[in-house]
Amino acid sequence: MTTPRTVELVVNGEHRAGDAEPRMLLSDFLREQLGLTGTHVGCEHGVCGACTVLVNGEAARSCLMLAVQAAGTEVRTIEGLGGVDDMHPLQEAFWEKHGLQCGFCTPGMLMTAVELLESTPNPSLDDIREAISSNLCRCTGYQTIVEAVQAAAERMQGEAQ
Amino acid sequence: MYPFTYHRPASLDDAKARLSASEDGRPLAGGMSLLPTMRFRLTSCADLVDLNGIEALAGIERGDGHVRIGAMTRHAAVVESPEVGEAIPALAALAGSIGDVQVRNRGTIGGSICFADPAADYPAGLLGLGATVNTDRRAIAADDFFTGLYETALEDGEIVVSVDFPVPARAGWAKFGNQASRFAVVAVMVSLSGGSVRLAVTGARSHVFRVPEMEQALAGDFSAEAMDGIAVSSEGLNEDLHADKDYRAHLIGVMAKRAVRDALAQ
Repeated sequence: MTTPRTVELVVNGEHRAGDAEPRMLLSDFLREQLGLTGTHVGCEHGVCGACTVLVNGEAARSCLMLAVQAAGTEVRTIEGLGGVDDMHPLQEAFWEKHGLQCGFCTPGMLMTAVELLESTPNPSLDDIREAISSNLCRCTGYQTIVEAVQAAAERMQGEAQ
Repeated sequence: MYPFTYHRPASLDDAKARLSASEDGRPLAGGMSLLPTMRFRLTSCADLVDLNGIEALAGIERGDGHVRIGAMTRHAAVVESPEVGEAIPALAALAGSIGDVQVRNRGTIGGSICFADPAADYPAGLLGLGATVNTDRRAIAADDFFTGLYETALEDGEIVVSVDFPVPARAGWAKFGNQASRFAVVAVMVSLSGGSVRLAVTGARSHVFRVPEMEQALAGDFSAEAMDGIAVSSEGLNEDLHADKDYRAHLIGVMAKRAVRDALAQ
């Protein structure tokens, strides 16, 4: 049906539900129906990577998925990464290394980097650059982002030992 | 996006039934090309039949002399597949060169070849390796599958089920990708099987094509130097802001040599 249906899924460990027309993108669903506006919408056609979330543990552009396709999946968004008082090592590293200026690309950068560090705990600089090649940043010139991801990897390696 | 009715069949038979019941139905694979195209309202459909729930369409298996890749197999799965890595490493390299991690996590081989983007990578993989496309109703040789700009030999409602890649003696992949989109400006897959050579080029024309002069030279002497002096005409090649047709013609020669060197290094 073209009429809205209820989409049930797990977001950041919590069971959530909302109504979505079949043509509603997952990015719009997260923002408008679930109120999770940390996922940013940039180009809306699969180029900029700002809307990247993890779907069943894998990085995906939420503007290239329909909300109805996410029914039954586990989604992680920037809101699930860490808060002001309990920041994820990546968030701390972006703060310390100036891995952001305007901050618009940052949620997508962080979620892309989360997948990288969870699958490749000790990435090379090339690994980091390849991973974030999916995400556009117009402020930093990327260098500080690469340094931040590298610093976070080292910190997480240290914590794991 | 224009409104549509969404279907999520759990079996191929169910998908076929829903497509044949619709006058304007369209299968959805990874959605990496179709969804943005629908968003731009460049295309639309009354019924969108999502194949992502059909588990039987995904998977990789080594057969007798070939590797079979299910239509809904993600690029990332091809990159990580031990079967592909062992039998046809050039195909794993091709899959790893597609787009970026988000695209490789969602995009599928079936979706890529059915969309038939002129700069997509898999068409060169299929044509250069002499693959066969298995659909719900027949087997189509790669030589007959890609017929034009975004056009294939598929009939209305026909669904690609899997692709069979014969295991070559050697194969090599070389790609000059656009630095932003990672689409191929020019990319080449070359393979050697018995005494015969296939060399396929994507990104340079309306659709993927072979270069018989290079194949003949390589059949006699499978080395990059065997192609010295063979120039591909720029007539009919694509031109855009990334590369004019003369540059693309030059790139074909360079990428063909790199692909052969890649094959010899394996």
